Amino acid sequence: MNALTALVRKDLFLYFSNKRALTITLAAPILIAAFFGSVMGGAPKKPTRVPVAVVDLDASPVSKAIVASMRADTALDLRELSEADALAEVRAGHLRAAAVVPKGFGEQAPQAIFTPGARKPDVVVHYDPSQSMALAMVKGILTEHVVKAVAAAAAGPAGMPRPALSMPFNTESREVTGGEHAGYNGFAHSFAGMGVQFVLFMGIELGVGVLLMRRLGLWKRLRAAPVSRTLLLGSRIASGTLIASILMAGIYAAAIILFGVRIQGSVAGFVLIALSFALLTSTFGLLIAALGRTPEATRGLAVLATLLLVMLGGAWVPTFVFPEWLQAATLFVPTRWAVDGLEAMTWRGQGFDAALAPVGAMLAFSALFAAIAIRRFDWEE
Amino acid sequence: MLQARDLWKAYGSKAAVAGVSLDVAAGEIVGLLGPNGAGKSTTVAMLCGLTHPDRGTVTLAGEPVAGEASRAKRRIGLVPQDIALYEDLPALANLELFGALYGVKDDLADHARAALELVGLADRAKDKPQSFSGGMKRRLNIACALVHDPDVLLFDEPTVGVDPQSRNAIFDNLETLRARGKALLYTTHYMEEAERLCDRIVIVDHGKVVASDRKAALVALLPSEKRTRTVVREASLEDVFLHLTGRDLRD
Repeated sequence: MNALTALVRKDLFLYFSNKRALTITLAAPILIAAFFGSVMGGAPKKPTRVPVAVVDLDASPVSKAIVASMRADTALDLRELSEADALAEVRAGHLRAAAVVPKGFGEQAPQAIFTPGARKPDVVVHYDPSQSMALAMVKGILTEHVVKAVAAAAAGPAGMPRPALSMPFNTESREVTGGEHAGYNGFAHSFAGMGVQFVLFMGIELGVGVLLMRRLGLWKRLRAAPVSRTLLLGSRIASGTLIASILMAGIYAAAIILFGVRIQGSVAGFVLIALSFALLTSTFGLLIAALGRTPEATRGLAVLATLLLVMLGGAWVPTFVFPEWLQAATLFVPTRWAVDGLEAMTWRGQGFDAALAPVGAMLAFSALFAAIAIRRFDWEE
Repeated sequence: MLQARDLWKAYGSKAAVAGVSLDVAAGEIVGLLGPNGAGKSTTVAMLCGLTHPDRGTVTLAGEPVAGEASRAKRRIGLVPQDIALYEDLPALANLELFGALYGVKDDLADHARAALELVGLADRAKDKPQSFSGGMKRRLNIACALVHDPDVLLFDEPTVGVDPQSRNAIFDNLETLRARGKALLYTTHYMEEAERLCDRIVIVDHGKVVASDRKAALVALLPSEKRTRTVVREASLEDVFLHLTGRDLRD
């Protein structure tokens, strides 16, 4: 057994012999990813229906036609309530919105549709401000049903047969995923994010471990041995990369077996991205060891830095919800490349070529972290 | 065997070591004594290649110790003052690790078991140090420096915090190693330990060697009226303790 093998074997033994810590390290990302994944859509299934209410104060044939049309819409989970009840339900968060069709709507709306300047009835949409993204959708759907019903009422004179009016086009929604028959799986995103987050936490422990070794005098003992600095730090990088790879494998094994996540893109690309991220984690740990002073203070700061990295990397929420300038800025955050790369190889079904940019970026960050760590590492006690 | 010549080391503007020279021959224990901050630890760090001297040389049988992976470093064993062990790694695995770092390839397990045998821990090979008493950890700490069978051993206060039984066992280990022809440098604050064990004493203060000789010769440095003192010593608590509890190791 040579020195490098002995050091790596020691690190692996110490890490994996603590069964309780290992269980928590693996269970935590799986449980949290399961939660986030189910919140973000879970396994492939029909789109969620939006719970809304309609308040028909008019009770005219036109307003009844609107209600009937909305009830038939599969995108809506429609309830017909009184205005007070509807407001109470929205306020309680049980409904996203409630549309109030005012008295006289059936009379005014058909006139207003073809008469510029005519008085238009007001349809009030009460909405839950914490779910404001649903407002635009509800207003769009409402417009479609109102226009259909009102246009039908306005198209011909009373008592005459009226031509049936409908939207002049159909829309068909198709998921764009990794394959024709492969649906989007919300767990694919959550496991990428939580896997990245918790493996980075392991990287913190690797770095703090070096600081503890210093405190215990073990680092001095290792340095007294006839081995080079390159070998000492290299062994740490090697063992950290191996541990991170094994953890990623465990987390994704659970994602595949229990949550139906599939690598719909290049398997080789996925493996390469996972290995690059493992190397990134390891060098991140070394950077923490080089810049840290005491284990306690370093752990706190490193956790904060890691949480910022994973948040900006899109591990918690997809980066498309960020402002544009932030989306551009996060290209300089290594975790963004890890999360995007893992998603590209799983549900997005991208080929090996799409793995090259994330791999290149993560290798570049790894080299940068390692260079800073080696430069800043305090060899003297 | 081990030779240090005119070692200098400064931290900032303060010289921690200022021109220390010393020799440790095979089959001899040399005591390195001095008050806190005298430069003992810095000297030991330079002797084992942990710290590069600003000036001066350290050689082992004529070979320079300097260099991260020098051949001379393979022939040195350091027993640090801290108990520098992997607490979650079995005792035997600790020894195999340090043996591998010092280039022991063949019969690594045999080397490790021999070191455990010497310090009286052969029956605890598979146990983790976290389950050991303080004295057992100290002995394992020594065994880790012996596993590669070095020619020179540097002991940095190896008896701190141990019970009298373990201390006596450590003394026995040192005497055994001396009998095997090893060169030993022993740093301590306890004068009675140095008197009992050391063939020669080097006293350092303010980074300089203030005396270096055998005990008898050092005593001659005293003014004549101070060389002889009649002391009527009452039995000490240690005498009572060892009388009642015996000298056998308990762990």
